[in-house]
Formats: sequence, structure tokens, C-alpha cells
Amino acid sequence: MKILVCISHVPDTTSKINFTDNDTKFDTNGVQYVINPYDEFSLTRAMWFKEKQGASVTVVNVGGASTEPTLRKALAIGADDAIRVNAEPTDGLMVAKELTEVVKNGGYDLVLAGKESADYNGQMVPGMLASLLDFNFVNGCVGVEVEGTNVTLLREIDGGEEKVSSTLPMVIAGQKGIVEEKDLRIPNMRGIMMARKKPLNVVEPVGAAAATVTQNFEKPAAKGAVKLVDNVDDLIDLLHNEAKVI
Amino acid sequence: MSVLVFADSSEGKFKKTAFEVVSYGKKVAEELGSDLVVLTINGGDASQLYTYGAETVVEVKNELTSFNAKAYASIIKQVAEAKGASTVIIDSSVDGLTVAPLVAVALDAGYASNAVALPSSTNPFVVKRKAFSNKGFNNTEISTEKKVIGVAKNSYGAHENAVSGTTESFDATLPELGVTSVEINKAQGKVTIADADIVVSAGRGLKGPENWGMIEELAEVLGAATACSKPVSDLGWRPHSEHVGQTGKPVAANLYIAIGISGAIQHLAGINASKVKVVINTDPEAPFFKAADYGIVGDAFEVVPQLIDKLKAFKQA
Repeated sequence: MKILVCISHVPDTTSKINFTDNDTKFDTNGVQYVINPYDEFSLTRAMWFKEKQGASVTVVNVGGASTEPTLRKALAIGADDAIRVNAEPTDGLMVAKELTEVVKNGGYDLVLAGKESADYNGQMVPGMLASLLDFNFVNGCVGVEVEGTNVTLLREIDGGEEKVSSTLPMVIAGQKGIVEEKDLRIPNMRGIMMARKKPLNVVEPVGAAAATVTQNFEKPAAKGAVKLVDNVDDLIDLLHNEAKVI
Repeated sequence: MSVLVFADSSEGKFKKTAFEVVSYGKKVAEELGSDLVVLTINGGDASQLYTYGAETVVEVKNELTSFNAKAYASIIKQVAEAKGASTVIIDSSVDGLTVAPLVAVALDAGYASNAVALPSSTNPFVVKRKAFSNKGFNNTEISTEKKVIGVAKNSYGAHENAVSGTTESFDATLPELGVTSVEINKAQGKVTIADADIVVSAGRGLKGPENWGMIEELAEVLGAATACSKPVSDLGWRPHSEHVGQTGKPVAANLYIAIGISGAIQHLAGINASKVKVVINTDPEAPFFKAADYGIVGDAFEVVPQLIDKLKAFKQA
């Protein structure tokens, strides 16, 4: 099985969010970048397939050279090789189109990704990729087993879970549950040393066009101070008469 | 030209988000001077949609017993083309979020997900979307002729706007499914986080899973869903499906009550979209108080039972 894991390079979940250039750009000053947490779940599941079922695992990112430390971290976790599509991502469709070329050229039969990135939260790239490739697609995956070309999956639905079956090739968008958080791997020294020697191939983009443009960013309006109350009667009164939520 | 809204349903009943997305679509259609067409796939009683402004409801009935991404995307495309839709609007149910990107590719349309407001402009077409796990917004221009908008849950609300609508049936061709449903497991008789207007959530301050009875009772009194912080699900006190936060479930409720949760930044990212936040915590320095609208500094074991009793009395009054 040839697995491709799509990796987003995103601000650490504790990052302060600010914008520059008249609120048209994200302020990267002092921001630590990490593997997108949702992608990390899927990457860990890919490592499991590699170790137990003999799959090869390639990681891919669409981004500038600054994303290479994130790809190296994925290599240190255990991926065999990495691909960086040398283009700044402009929107979900552009990224999905660039990834489509990578999948076609590499002949991957299982593409794993996180269900969304922690920065733009678009939840669109895996579905678009599946659609562009005409691959089967499962979103919000919380469990997956592959036997030959048959795939059994658990996907989250509103209020529960659905067990589904499918066949390779497919795109799976994973989340917590596809592996548990305790099973995520921290790269050890040996992994970090080995990652330096693993191939990180830079490929030029096909020049896919974006369909959307960010005009500017906004921060949420500043919130007023909390109203502290001494007793539950006052709380119920405020929730009923002021907030009108009960 | 028309605006096509997909009204999602499950087991023949419309999801709550369907009424919100029809309300949203009605306004967008007015702004564009277009007709509003609402599509249902094995959905509920179409007259429910007239209440929210659906003048034309297109019903697709077929043998599908549950959601299928490829099939739904194909049906939405067929109806969009038949009705000359320039804009397709889809909700943010799990299924809505799954099918929307496929529809965008099928229609060669730009897609803006997580829209939190009506378009600020229709020429150019600009929508405000949530980003950075609710720590920012992104005003996005869709530059393609056709557009797909995903509406974030509870961001616009359902607004009654009754019309005398008409319903027509549509024969859609089903593609090869690719993914087939084997079994569906849903919590029966419980309010789910996805549907809940009110969410009662608790953290490590509850000291152990044996103390969740009062949380469930409070939720029952309020008709709320129960949720928990990440450490609680990691400890196995509550199921992972209740974990709320950046990598857990996002909550966009009208009222979020956090009990014994300190308010880590990742937890706050998951609940920021909720409208009113109440915090009950013994520690007055808990960061959650900074994000809350109302708070009680106090012991959950004293405050929650009182709250249950007083709310019962309030509900009966």
C-alpha cells in the first residue's frame, strides 16, 4: 500500500492570533509552527499501517521553504520520504489541485489527511482532492482498517458514528479517534537523526488557480468583563432576562 | 438564475441546521434578486421549509437510506444545473461539511465554508468566515461565476418568513456509491452536542466520573447536551465524543455552561462560537472567567445541586 499523508503547517494551538499589513496578512511574528493536529492523527495511523502491514508512507505539503521543518518532523516520526510542492497556498481548491498532481504522479492508493487545518478550518481540501481524483472519500474518520483493497471505516455523524465500507483508492480525512491522543508520537533523537538523511523532494507547482481570495482578516470584538454573581438565583435571572437564553 | 439551498435531513426529518440555511438562503436570494430553490433528499415534510421562506422545494426520493457523499454531491449538481443555480448554500452538519467541497469541484465553483454572516457584498461576492479556531475572521471574496457557501452552525439562526411554497419532485441519477453504509450507531433519546442549543460541560474539577450524575441532571433540566474537557476524556471519565475543544468537537451553542473547567486556550477555541458562556469554578483566577459572560466562583458540588433545584422551580413557574 502506498500512502500519502497531507500535512498542513499551522500555528501552534496556543498561538496568539494577530494580523499585519492593514489586516491583510497573518502575523507570523513569534508564532511557532507545528504539524496540523488533525494531520498528526492521520500520520500516526499511517505509521501503524507501515509497521503492521508494510505500507510506504510519503508526506506532502504545499508551501514555501519555511514549511520544511514541519515535514522533517513528520519524517522523524517515521514517514519514509517527503514532498514539498513549492508554492504558497492561496486557497483550498488551489491546494487540492496541486495535491491531485502529486497523487497521480506517485500512484498512491490511500491518501490520509486531517479533516481540517487548525488555521483556516476550511474542512475542504480532502473532499476536493477526492472529488478531483474521483477517489472514494470518508470525512471525520474515527477508525479505519484496510484488508487488501477493502476498507472498513468508522465516521463521525451528528449524534453518533456510522460504520461504512469502501475500497481503495480513497481519501480519508481523519480526526481524534483514528488514533488516540496517547498514541501520538514524539520524535526521538534517532528519528530526528534519520530524518536528516531521508529524501525531501521539492517539486514545482502546476500553477493551479485559486477560486477565492482573502480580502482581509478581523479579530472578534473585544468581550466585556465577566459578570460575577454570588448565587444561582441571580444567575438564572440574568440568563432569563438579560441573555434570554433560558 | 437561482439560489439553491440543500436542506439536510436524517431519517426523514430535517436537521435543525436545515431551517437556518433556508433562512440564510432566502436573504441571499433577495440580495441577488434570484429565486430560492430548496433541495431535499429523502427529507421531511416540505411545508416545514415554506415556513422559512422556501418558495420552491425540489424533492428527491430514492433508495438511499443514509448519507452518501458522492451521491449527494451528484444530486445537488444535477438540481443546481437544472435550476440554473449560481449559488449553492449548504449547512455545517457533519454531512453538509462533507458534501460541500465535492459540490464545489463538481460545479467548478469557489467555496467559502464556515460563513458567519450574510455576504457583505454580492459584487464582488464577499463573505465573512470564521478562521483560526474562532480567534479570527476571514473576509473571503469568491471570484468564480458559481459559488458554494457553507453556513456555520448557529451563526445566522432560523428566521420564520412564511410563504405559500410549492413542491416538485426531481428524478436524479445515482452514481456508483463508492462508500456503503454498514451500521449506524446513534445516541438514542439524548440531546447531541450537534443539535443542542445549550451545552453543559464539566472538567477535572468534578474529581471523578462518579460525580457526573449531577451534570446529566442539570443537562436534563435544561434540555441540554453534556460535554467535557480534554483531560476528562483522556482520563476515560467520559467518552471522546463529548470532548469539546480545538481537536475535539466545536460547540456553537446559545448557552455553554462550563463547570470545573479552567479554560485552556485549546478548550476556549472550541467554544468561542457559543453565544453566552457561564463558568462555575472554585478558582477565581481560572482563565475561563476572562472568556465568560457570567460566572460564579464556587464549588461545583454546592452550586450545581442548587442550580438544578432552582432551575426546576423556574421551569415550573
